[in-house]
Amino acid sequence: MDIFDIFLLEAIVNGVLLGGILALLALGLNLIFGVIDVVWICYAELIMIGMYTAFFLHVDYGWPLWLAFPGCTVVVAALGAALHHFVIRPVLAAEPINQLLVTGGVLFFLQGAATLAFGVEFRNIGVRLPIFEVGGMFLSLARLTAFLIALASMVGVYLFLKRTYLGTAIRAISQDRTTMPLMGVNPSRIFLITSALGGALAGVAACLLVLQYDIHPAIGLSFGPIAFLVCVLGGLGNMIGGFLAAFIFAQFISVGGYFFHLEWGYVLAFLFFIGFMFWRPQGLLGGKS
Amino acid sequence: MLALRNISAGYAGFQALFDVSLEVKAGETVAVIGPNGAGKTTLLRVISRLIDSTAGEMTMEGRRLNEVASYELVSHGIAHVPENRRLFPKLTVEENLRMGAFVPQARAHFEERLARVYRLFPRMEERRRQPAGTLSGGEQQMCAIGRALMSGPKLLLLDEPSAGLAPVVVQSIFEVVRRMSAEGYTVLIVEQNIRQVLKVATRGYLLETGRIRAAGTAAALLDTDEIKKAYLGI
Repeated sequence: MDIFDIFLLEAIVNGVLLGGILALLALGLNLIFGVIDVVWICYAELIMIGMYTAFFLHVDYGWPLWLAFPGCTVVVAALGAALHHFVIRPVLAAEPINQLLVTGGVLFFLQGAATLAFGVEFRNIGVRLPIFEVGGMFLSLARLTAFLIALASMVGVYLFLKRTYLGTAIRAISQDRTTMPLMGVNPSRIFLITSALGGALAGVAACLLVLQYDIHPAIGLSFGPIAFLVCVLGGLGNMIGGFLAAFIFAQFISVGGYFFHLEWGYVLAFLFFIGFMFWRPQGLLGGKS
Repeated sequence: MLALRNISAGYAGFQALFDVSLEVKAGETVAVIGPNGAGKTTLLRVISRLIDSTAGEMTMEGRRLNEVASYELVSHGIAHVPENRRLFPKLTVEENLRMGAFVPQARAHFEERLARVYRLFPRMEERRRQPAGTLSGGEQQMCAIGRALMSGPKLLLLDEPSAGLAPVVVQSIFEVVRRMSAEGYTVLIVEQNIRQVLKVATRGYLLETGRIRAAGTAAALLDTDEIKKAYLGI
């Protein structure tokens, strides 16, 4: 087989692996937006805090990874719930632009607080997963693990939303907020639980990213914007759309990067995004509204 | 069972209910009739605590309701079928019914009540995997009533179940109400369709511009000159 093809295949496979992580990021954002109707601009900063949490639990406190990662997930879930309780709830009835600005403020607050508390130096959790070879392709175990865990988390969320009373209530409240009390459901409680779930997803993402990237206070900027574009591409609030869009976007980045240059992959992905928005502003599976 | 004493209520800058007193006894089907804009829907929303009353007292089985949160009403034995049904359109029929049984006390009885709702509305069982938004108007009303029954309520509040339905379907909805009262459900029903609702109700109140104008047994109300002239065109 021509060596050219194997590298292309490797790029495609890497794109799929990247797509898994992007899909996980998009799922958390879409969940919050779809249910509470608020965009957490600071979502990637929750992940940044999660990466620091995993780092400190593992490196400073010596927790093994199998304990540090669930610990990190719980901490970010609590952070998500706190974000809703202290920041979002007071502005739930406010104009969307104000809600956006408020979460934007949290973004800068978290970045600033992290800089102040942890400094600007890059940290690395120091866990190196091996690169392995399959049929001539070199794949990173860290990426494969991230892909599998991201996929498992998404399946878990899907089953939770489909099969449980609480999950069904979360879907129901996104369709009709005012009728929920008549079902004996306290909407505030559902919002809080949804926020904790969104936070937990950010926590899982943090665990997966900390295996691949150095941690610094501005790390959120390297994947926050992409996560938003993926959500918008899929149709904001539409979880299935976000899932598909993540894999499309990841292929552009990965295969585009293979044909030209890594940075070009991003340029192509963003060009595709802009073009797509002209054609279908509501996104892949988004409704008209 | 349910008692309202001198209830007043309204929206910002507008009073919708004046000094309303009414009572529903166990096993009764009580109708509140009146024209559009009389305050009928507001009355049910006040009982469900979706709107605050500004004066008066409400009790359910002797327990004061005025300060109870709307989402606690189900635990007090009150289920409300709201105006325009308000189903969750993207959830399936069965998921909508499941939401009616959300409170922990109701979850334990889910299967048994689901069977009961399906016996009352065989159509719902046929369509149980279908999104509620794809049902016809009459089916949506059945689903909304079924959803309310899933909590095992002592008192069912029905807001204009016949609104927006074809005449044939209206007949079948009132037939459902009649069957429910025959089965021993206690119902407070609000309707514009006066002739029909008074056929299935035991007692009724006439509500006009936020005030109770007349009260009595269904037969007696049908016989009052006021109702005959203004509403039945006799």
